Amino acid sequence: MTTLNSNATEQQSPTFGFWVWLMAPERRGALLITPAIVLLFAMNILPLMWSFGLSFFRYRANRLNPPEFLGWDNMFRNYEKVTSSSAIWDSFQTTAIIVAGSVTLQVIIGFLLALMFAREFPFRKILLSMVLTPMMLSFVAVGVFFKFFYEPSFGLLSQAIRVFTGEPYILLGTKWGSIWGIIIADAWMWSPFVMLLVLAGLVSVPKYLYEAADIDRASWFRRFRTITFPYIKSLLLLAVLFRTIETFKLFDLVYIITEGGPGSATETLSVYVYRQGFQYFRTSDASALGYILLFVVIVLTNLYLYVVNRRSEEL
Amino acid sequence: MASGIQIRQMTKRFGDLVAVNAVDLDIDDGEVLCLLGPSGCGKTTTLRMVAGLEDVSEGEICIDGNRVNDISTPERNVAMAFQFYALYPSITVAENLSYPLHAEQISRAEIKARIASVADKLDLTEVLNRYPSQLAEGEKQRVAVGRAIIRKPSCFLFDEPLSRLDIELRQQMRTKVKEVLAGLSKPTVIVTHDQIEALTMADRIAVMRDGKIEQVATPHDIFAAPSNTFVAGFIGTPGMNLIPSVIEGVSERGELKLNIDGQHVVVDVNAGAMNLPVGAKVTLGVRPRFFETVAESSETTLSGKVDIIEPMGAETLFHVLDGTRELRVVMDRTVRFKEGETIHLEFQPKLTHVFDAQGSLVQ
Repeated sequence: MTTLNSNATEQQSPTFGFWVWLMAPERRGALLITPAIVLLFAMNILPLMWSFGLSFFRYRANRLNPPEFLGWDNMFRNYEKVTSSSAIWDSFQTTAIIVAGSVTLQVIIGFLLALMFAREFPFRKILLSMVLTPMMLSFVAVGVFFKFFYEPSFGLLSQAIRVFTGEPYILLGTKWGSIWGIIIADAWMWSPFVMLLVLAGLVSVPKYLYEAADIDRASWFRRFRTITFPYIKSLLLLAVLFRTIETFKLFDLVYIITEGGPGSATETLSVYVYRQGFQYFRTSDASALGYILLFVVIVLTNLYLYVVNRRSEEL
Repeated sequence: MASGIQIRQMTKRFGDLVAVNAVDLDIDDGEVLCLLGPSGCGKTTTLRMVAGLEDVSEGEICIDGNRVNDISTPERNVAMAFQFYALYPSITVAENLSYPLHAEQISRAEIKARIASVADKLDLTEVLNRYPSQLAEGEKQRVAVGRAIIRKPSCFLFDEPLSRLDIELRQQMRTKVKEVLAGLSKPTVIVTHDQIEALTMADRIAVMRDGKIEQVATPHDIFAAPSNTFVAGFIGTPGMNLIPSVIEGVSERGELKLNIDGQHVVVDVNAGAMNLPVGAKVTLGVRPRFFETVAESSETTLSGKVDIIEPMGAETLFHVLDGTRELRVVMDRTVRFKEGETIHLEFQPKLTHVFDAQGSLVQ
């Protein structure tokens, strides 16, 4: 080893000392990931820190005035301002309703679909890939699709209801109609995801346990409680947490289907932040709000990671 | 009303494969029947058909006098212990034991009493509050048995109950299970590939091969009078010597004269064999322990060279070459031979079986 090193030192010319140092085999791995790190830093981490800094400044992105520090005494003024406005609490409530409604619906539908697909039946594979399609579409496609679906004059929903009532049906005209419209679109898109996770749990149940339950004459409910549920519960919890985090950040569907309307009836937190930042150009307020949201998501994510780790320990 | 289990012409096909072929069996109340055979012989499928976990392709099964072919597993009211135990992982041992009792309308106090009594019988009292994943292999196996015997079912079925235990534990469990089985008043079927298990625990043994029952008899009879060469070779360790030979006639004393690989030997066998024609090809079956050695070669001895010697403790196993064939001979450990030594073997009277060309025992 020592002889090899001394040979290398003899051969290198002083001009290329740094180049040789850089190209040494032990630095090759670091060298290969450097471009990615630089890019990530420039595109992600820097803006993130920049916006974090902005949340302590007075700044509007559509003015030429440079950011102005709020001062050490009231550096949290932006945070105080956004949390004391009633609009954000309305928006928070709307988000909570959409999250609760959509996740509940996804779990119920996803669970039932999983129970159905856990058995063998004709055309199961074809049907399964069809059921999985919504999840693979882009948010914009799903948003536009539902926007047209709910459209009062030619939308399918309105036309179907007109057959019975004779009048066009404007689902997105009312607050609750709009909320339901978004919940249904989101649930339609993401129920297959819950189904996939639950299905993974269902197929991991050993068949002999059900045979033993047959022998032991266990009721349907007891079988579910003692055999099926223990195998799917952690996966189900994962699905619920993951969908809660995602739905909490929901923006695309809402923005395309209702644009937060009517009025601000379906303004979720993400839409609210977007409007603050890019319509009213209250950049520093929006940054502060963005970090409050991030904090909530981080808490939820840690909960998620905790469950993931616990499951991997169980198995 | 008939009691016990009656199986008539029961057949199971998986596509073209006949897994179980026209099986007939009767198991009485309180009787322990062992289905014994090599792996893949259809014994587990037979058991699963009795339990209703597999459909019957043909034939019928009656439990307590009722035809159960079209009755679902839960309604058959059978108790079964699975090869892989099939304990419910999410509930404790006590809950596992009492699991089948929920279907019976019995009081909490009665359930508690039954758990206590089964746990006591199977030494499980200490582990009642543990989960299956916290149990040792032997404890899991006892819970599986306990979950079966806690009930009052129409019959008990055990699928390879001891196959996953190590040898020492298996011996302990065998005694334990036999003790438990003795107290059962319903028909019991045990599936096993281990002949010692079958011989020790069963009242009767059914030997299976390729989906067919070869012989049903008590452990004693199946050892003493195997009905064909398969059963003869399968039961007993080391396996019975099956020696092809040709009949040369009957001696004045009513013994059979045989040509064994060129050696002419007179053997005292079952009278039925005397009726076989001269020149008939038969198989002579001799257990390794039923030889005697004599100093001098005579017309009643078979001679061979000692090839390999395997001491087994109390006894020694000699592999003896008679020409091209290898014979297994077991002698007391005090008998000493050297490798390469020629020895003369005499067949013990009446303990030698003759099988005809088709492999069936000649009575």
